[in-house]
Amino acid sequence: MSIFVDENTKVVYQGLTGSQGSYYGTLNRDYGTQVVAGTHPKKAGTDVDGIPIYATVAEAMEATGATASCIFIPAAGVLGAVIESAEAGIEFIVAITEGVPAHDEAYFYNKLARDFPGTRLLGPNCPGIISPGKCNIGITAGHIAKPGGPVGIVSRSGTLTYQALYELKQKDIGVTTCVGIGGDPVPGTSFIDCLRAFEADPETKAVMMIGEIGGSAEEEAAEFIKHHMTKPVSSYIAGVTAPPGKKMGHAGAIVSGGKGTAKAKMEALRNAGVQVGNNPTEAGELMVEIVASL
Amino acid sequence: MDLFEYQGKQFFAEYGMPVSPGEVAFTVDEAVAAAEHVGTPVMVKAQVHAGGRGKAGGVKFAADLDAVREHAANILGLDIKGHIVKRVWVEKASDIAEEYYASFTLDRSAKKHLGMLSAEGGVEIETVAEENPDAIAKIWIDPVDGLTPEVAREWVLAADLNPAVTDGAVDMLLKLYRAYTEGDADLCEINPLIVTPDDVVHVLDAKVTLDGNSVFRHPEYAQYDATQPRDERETAAHEKGLQYVGLDGSVGVIANGAGLAMSTVDVVNQVGGKSANFLDVGGGANADVMAGALEVINNDPDVLSILINIFGGITRGEEVANGILEAMQRVTIDAPIVIRLDGTNADEGRAILQPILSDTLMMEDTMLAAARRAVELAS
Repeated sequence: MSIFVDENTKVVYQGLTGSQGSYYGTLNRDYGTQVVAGTHPKKAGTDVDGIPIYATVAEAMEATGATASCIFIPAAGVLGAVIESAEAGIEFIVAITEGVPAHDEAYFYNKLARDFPGTRLLGPNCPGIISPGKCNIGITAGHIAKPGGPVGIVSRSGTLTYQALYELKQKDIGVTTCVGIGGDPVPGTSFIDCLRAFEADPETKAVMMIGEIGGSAEEEAAEFIKHHMTKPVSSYIAGVTAPPGKKMGHAGAIVSGGKGTAKAKMEALRNAGVQVGNNPTEAGELMVEIVASL
Repeated sequence: MDLFEYQGKQFFAEYGMPVSPGEVAFTVDEAVAAAEHVGTPVMVKAQVHAGGRGKAGGVKFAADLDAVREHAANILGLDIKGHIVKRVWVEKASDIAEEYYASFTLDRSAKKHLGMLSAEGGVEIETVAEENPDAIAKIWIDPVDGLTPEVAREWVLAADLNPAVTDGAVDMLLKLYRAYTEGDADLCEINPLIVTPDDVVHVLDAKVTLDGNSVFRHPEYAQYDATQPRDERETAAHEKGLQYVGLDGSVGVIANGAGLAMSTVDVVNQVGGKSANFLDVGGGANADVMAGALEVINNDPDVLSILINIFGGITRGEEVANGILEAMQRVTIDAPIVIRLDGTNADEGRAILQPILSDTLMMEDTMLAAARRAVELAS
C-alpha cells in the first residue's frame, strides 16, 4: 500500500499551462499518474498535450472526478490557489512552488485546519510525493525509485530525497511512498503526519527520515517515534556545520538563537531509538541493515 | 533580511508607532551635524546586526556636541561580535520611567503567531525567560483571526504593566501587529518599549527581520536589501541570483539543491576539511548557472580546491556534464576541481567528462571519496 496517494488518485494541475507546470505535469502523466485536468481562468476549453484545461478547480473536479491537486502557480498566487482547491473540496493538495511568504503559509495552514479539516496540504516548497509504480505528483524523477516496499521515506530536502531513493534502488530496496514535506517554516504536512501514516500502513516496514537544521520538527518527530512508532527508523540531518544566523537555501533552514542545530536533532532522534547516519550514504547503509533484519 | 535599528524604526513609524527623531551618520562630522539638527542631549548608537551593543560600548549618551564627537569617534569602527560599525544612529535622548518588552514572531511548532509582552524589558528576553518565565505574557494568534483590541487588552492586563499605560500599550501592540503582518516580517521586537515619566509609551529600540520571500509585494524592501552587509563573494553571488553563503574554509562547494549543498559542506568537514562556501545551483545545473558559480568561487582567494557535487534527477547526467564542460570553457579556473556526478544517466555524463580529466580535473564515484580528494588537494 501507499500513503496519501495511489494508482486511483486523479489529479488536477493548477498552473498546467505554465512552463514548469506543463513540463512536470506531462512527465507525471507519462509516469502513469492520472493527470486528468489543468486549470487556467482564461484558457478553459484548450488543452496541454491532450490534458483538458478548465477555468476553475471546481469545474475540473466536476468534469473529471479529480480528488487531488498540484500547484505550479508562482509564489504570489499560491495562497489563492490553495484556498481555491480547498473550497472546491480537493482532499489532497500538493504545492510545489517555492518562495511563498511565511505569513501566507501560516494563514492557509490555519484556514485549512479550521474550515477544511478533510483537506491535506503537502508543501509548499516541496518536491511532491511519489508512490513508485503508482503515482508521482511533483518534480521527483520517477525512474530513480523502485516500486514495492518495504521502506517509506519522508524528507525536508529535495535532492537528498532523490539521493536516498536512488541509493535504495541500487541496493534493490523498494519504496512504498516517498513524501517530500518541503523546507519551509510552516509545512502543510509534518514529519509526524507521515510517520503516523507509515506506522499504519501494513506494507511499510521501516521508515527513512531526512531532516535539516532549523525549527524543531525533527525533535517533535523524535518524541512521536519514541512513544508511537513500532517500526524501525533511520535518519540523516543536514547542516551540522551550518553557521548560526545564515539561511542555507531553504527558508526554514536557519539556526537562530542557538536553536534548531543538527546536533540537537540527531541527539533527540538517537534518544528515541532512531539509527542516525552522519551522511546520506551512511543513512542509506543503516537502512540496508534494517531491511536485512526485517 | 535583518534591518538596522534605524531602518526598523522607520518601518515602525510607517505604521504610526511613536519613535524618536534622529539621523543616521557614517562619519564623526555627520554625527555631530545630526546631533545639531536633532538637538542635544542625544544617544549615539552603533548600527550593526548584533545584540549586546550596549555592553560592547556601542551605545552612549551625549549631553553636548563635544560628547557626540568623542562617542562617535569611538563607536565608528568598533568591532561588535565580529561586526564592524560603519554607521551610527543619532537620536534625541528620552526620559525613561519604565522599560518593557514586546515582540511578534512565528511559532513554527504551534504554526501560529506568538506575541510576547513583559514588564521586564531592557535586558535580553532569553534571560528573562530563563530566570523569571512568569514575567513574560505570551499569546498565540491565529492568523485567520488576527489580533483584536479585546484580546490585546486582556494580554496587556496579563502582563501586569503600569495601569496608567494600558490604553497606550494596547494601541502600540495593535500597530506592532499590523507592522508585523502587513509588513511581512519574520520578527518585530521592541526592547525596550519605554514608558516616559508622563506615561507615554514609546519605541526605544527596534529589531525587525523581513521575509525575503514577500519582496514581490513590497517594493520598499529594495532599500533594505541595498544595505545588507555582505562580503564581496556574497555580493557577486547575489547579483548572479545564486544561493550562496560565505564560509571560512578552503574547499569551494557547488551542489544542486539546498539539502545536498548543506550535506556536502558537512561531509567536507567530516573528512577533515573546511568549506569555503555553501552554493546551491538549483535543479537544472545548466552551463550558465554552472559558469556563474565557478566564477564566484574562483574569485575567492581562499579557495584551494573545488568540489562539484551533482545528483541528476529529472536533469540527466549528460546535460549536467555538458553544462560543466561548457562552463569550464568560459571560465579559467585556478584551483583543481573534483566532480562527483550521480543519479539519472550518471554513466553517460561521466563518459562526456572522461576525455577532459587531468590532474586538475578529477572525478570520483561517491560523495565521500570526492570530499576526501578535494580536502587532500586543499591541504
